[in-house]
Amino acid sequence: MALLSFERKYRVRGGTLIGGDLFDFWVGPFYVGFFGVVTAIFASLGTALIFYAASQGPTWNPWLISIAPPDLKYGLALAPLKEGGFWQVITICALISFVSWALREVEICRKLGMGYHVPFAFGMAIFAYFTLVVIRPVLLGAWHFGFPYGIFSHLDWVSNTGYQYLHFHYNPAHMLAVSFFFTTTLALALHGALVLSAVNPPEGGEVKTPEYEDTFFRDLIGYSVGTLGIHRVGLLLALNAGFWSAVCIVISGPLWTKGWPEWWTWWLNLPIWS
Amino acid sequence: MNRITAIALGAIATLALGACELAPKVTSQNGYRGTGGDTVQLKKVAMAKDEVPAPPYDAPSTEGPRAKETYQNVQVLGDESAEQLSYTMAAITQWVSPEQGCNYCHNPANMASDELYTKVVARRMLQMTRNINHNWQSHVAQTGVTCWTCHRGQPVPTNHWTMPTDAPKGIIGNRHGQDNPVAASAYSSLPEASLALYLTGDPKKDQNIRVQSTDMHPSSVNKTSIMSTENSYAVMAHTSQALGVNCTFCHNTQSFQSWSISTPQRAKAWYGIRMVRDTNGQYISSLAGVFPANRKGPLGDPFKVSCATCHQGKNKPMGGYKMAKDYHALWGDPGMAPVPAAMPTAGPAPMPAATTQPVAVAAPAKTAKAG
Repeated sequence: MALLSFERKYRVRGGTLIGGDLFDFWVGPFYVGFFGVVTAIFASLGTALIFYAASQGPTWNPWLISIAPPDLKYGLALAPLKEGGFWQVITICALISFVSWALREVEICRKLGMGYHVPFAFGMAIFAYFTLVVIRPVLLGAWHFGFPYGIFSHLDWVSNTGYQYLHFHYNPAHMLAVSFFFTTTLALALHGALVLSAVNPPEGGEVKTPEYEDTFFRDLIGYSVGTLGIHRVGLLLALNAGFWSAVCIVISGPLWTKGWPEWWTWWLNLPIWS
Repeated sequence: MNRITAIALGAIATLALGACELAPKVTSQNGYRGTGGDTVQLKKVAMAKDEVPAPPYDAPSTEGPRAKETYQNVQVLGDESAEQLSYTMAAITQWVSPEQGCNYCHNPANMASDELYTKVVARRMLQMTRNINHNWQSHVAQTGVTCWTCHRGQPVPTNHWTMPTDAPKGIIGNRHGQDNPVAASAYSSLPEASLALYLTGDPKKDQNIRVQSTDMHPSSVNKTSIMSTENSYAVMAHTSQALGVNCTFCHNTQSFQSWSISTPQRAKAWYGIRMVRDTNGQYISSLAGVFPANRKGPLGDPFKVSCATCHQGKNKPMGGYKMAKDYHALWGDPGMAPVPAAMPTAGPAPMPAATTQPVAVAAPAKTAKAG
């Protein structure tokens, strides 16, 4: 495989977080590292456990396989493997491999001398998962409140858990999260359309510079955030989408038990007009 | 600047947490693990005990002279023993008019007189109670109801409703019957008159709450619409709030309409909704000419019952306490009351064998359908 212009710099030794030179090498273009090895071990173990747990279930239909968390009665204790224990072990494997992957990204950032934006962004996704399967279950006092690992079953869980609060669209943090997700996709669509139109000139024309891109948006909405700025905006929107998703589920139950529409009665009951 | 930021952040955090419930919670599991059928409640709400008054004195014999032979104008409880009648009257006073006493319904100079409207209402209510205990055991089982179940020591039960008035003409102030955060729609923007739509009318004519399209496309036969689901949603939100539960207490939201993945409680509720329609339609609406204006809504209809009237935030009123068993007179033949409509074939007949534990939500692996 041919080296790209930055590959020499990529393959910088050192910058590891622990273990010194241990696993500080590349396989082909891929950096391994201590955390790469940890990720590989726990991702493989977790995947194998998913397959084994599925083999103990009633179906091999990939849509319907479901590895469910324990019954409520087990609280925060370990459950028998076939009664939610698999879910618990798989959750631990998943968290270790996700966090290790983020730390491997940190090591790559250190080797390249760049900021930690990428591991931080991945960390937000891990935080959202951690909130779903650890923080909220701990706050509610049982691993039971985690979501099941299955394609259809986790969707059913989302639906049922939302309907526990009668109408989840009234959850204020859910409103924010949804808005951020949609805005992320809108920003990406605008940015992608702008880049594609700039780099695909008509036959015989020249690729347009960022000056043209800025001018287009200044004409359109009076402002252009710029070529670097759009990526900051995208990161901000995406991080907020993940963050408020985590907030919207962690407040459902631990901080609010009634229907979400009723939460808004604080506004109706403000002493100004009530 | 930093101080201002700190104050602003502190104020936001205080306001945000001020709108939250920080008190301890209790949880219960309604369905198969992993389906998300759970209930989270505040401990103080879940543990709150409803007051249940003790019988006025030890229940007397059901033998001996009949009430109708001893007293005059005893139309409903005439076949009870005279002692049972006195006992029941003492209990009713305690349940309905503890402050006002017997004279709330009776003229003390002539107890047999029907001159007070409250006595006429009470007679109809006794028939209603007997109808519920006699004909609606599909909902109230052997627990039954008493006057206390709704009244709780008040002449007028706290949770009642009346028919909504028409919206103002034009566009100013016309909310088209929705976007008004009232308890009957669980404070949502859903239609606020869903109780009037589903909990009244001729109880012999069955009216399903569920809105389920039977075809892919709208047609002259298939007139289901998103709009009609909003009424359905509103009345279901009312039911949830009235029982202190959530949608998953009865439904697996994978398919609200499917009986096979619903919990046994859904069948109870199915009968309960019809019981409420029967109660409003046969007993309460018929008293429109009896009640004075201050006991009626703006359209002149009497205060009607909903799920909340009995349940008052508990999935079993008074925690399921079997209060009615002490009152023989409340279980008699409802007499003139028509027998409620037979269950239509669309009813919940195929429910799985009811268990006392709400665990009938099947494992998703067995029930999910592709696509």
